Amino acid sequence: MAVGTELLLGLIWIAVGSALGGMARFFVSGLVGRRIGETFPWGTMAVNVSGAFAIGAAAAAATGGVVLHEPGAWGLAATGFLGCYTTVSSFSLQTLALARDGDWLLASLNVTLSLVLGLCAVALGFAAIAAMIHGA
Amino acid sequence: MDSAEHSRSNATVGKAAKSRRWAPGRAARNSVVLYAAVGLGSMAGGVTRALVSIASLELLGPAFPWGTLAANLAGSFLIGLYAALTEPGGRIFAGSAQRQFVMAGFCGGFTTFSLFSLETFQLILEDRWPTAVFYVAASLLAWFAAVWLGHVWGWRINRLRGKDI
Repeated sequence: MAVGTELLLGLIWIAVGSALGGMARFFVSGLVGRRIGETFPWGTMAVNVSGAFAIGAAAAAATGGVVLHEPGAWGLAATGFLGCYTTVSSFSLQTLALARDGDWLLASLNVTLSLVLGLCAVALGFAAIAAMIHGA
Repeated sequence: MDSAEHSRSNATVGKAAKSRRWAPGRAARNSVVLYAAVGLGSMAGGVTRALVSIASLELLGPAFPWGTLAANLAGSFLIGLYAALTEPGGRIFAGSAQRQFVMAGFCGGFTTFSLFSLETFQLILEDRWPTAVFYVAASLLAWFAAVWLGHVWGWRINRLRGKDI
């Protein structure tokens, strides 16, 4: 396949994953926000932490050569869907809003909790799938 | 005006989500429009991020995730700017579909927390701890400086006298 065609095809997979991932984020963060309340951005944290777990699992599967190791599949599921399912822009804006309201404690809690839970989630997702692959 | 319009549409979306029966009315149509706006914006944002990452790989190599850092910085700046410009009394009047297209859609899809987490984890796996710490610190600084600058700039534009944009 020509390089141009390959690039275009890869971008199409990413575009499909991106549209679905963004809508999934809108649904999940809205649902969590409505259920728990909007004073603290739990909705954004829920998508970011669950998305980090899923991408850790996806990376382990791709490294193990089980699924998702093909560029098109990785583009659809990881670069596209999970990339767009999680967000930094809303996280930054919501942290700024907390800081502007003078809620410095909540702002720093949002940052610390998101970072720690996100990194733990990606490691857990990776370890879980890596253990399944090596155990099988 | 903007916030009133916003809360009205939020209320209808909330009602649509709560009702068990499928009642294709105004609320359902609003909901479809909002999801379409978010999906299209996210599609554009995700593809733009992928292109930025490809360009960064070509120009700067795979040693450091410059592409994700740049996308997260630019997306944070844009959401801060746009949020300020479309606040009540701001320079741009935007309905909820346009706001969601830009903010939840484009900025949301352009920026990514999952790839940031994965890249940090991979640096740690490669035992490149100083680089991992630098990536996290540089990212946090970039995100918050960018969203703050965008917001400040937006408010400065809001205060300018002259014709409406």
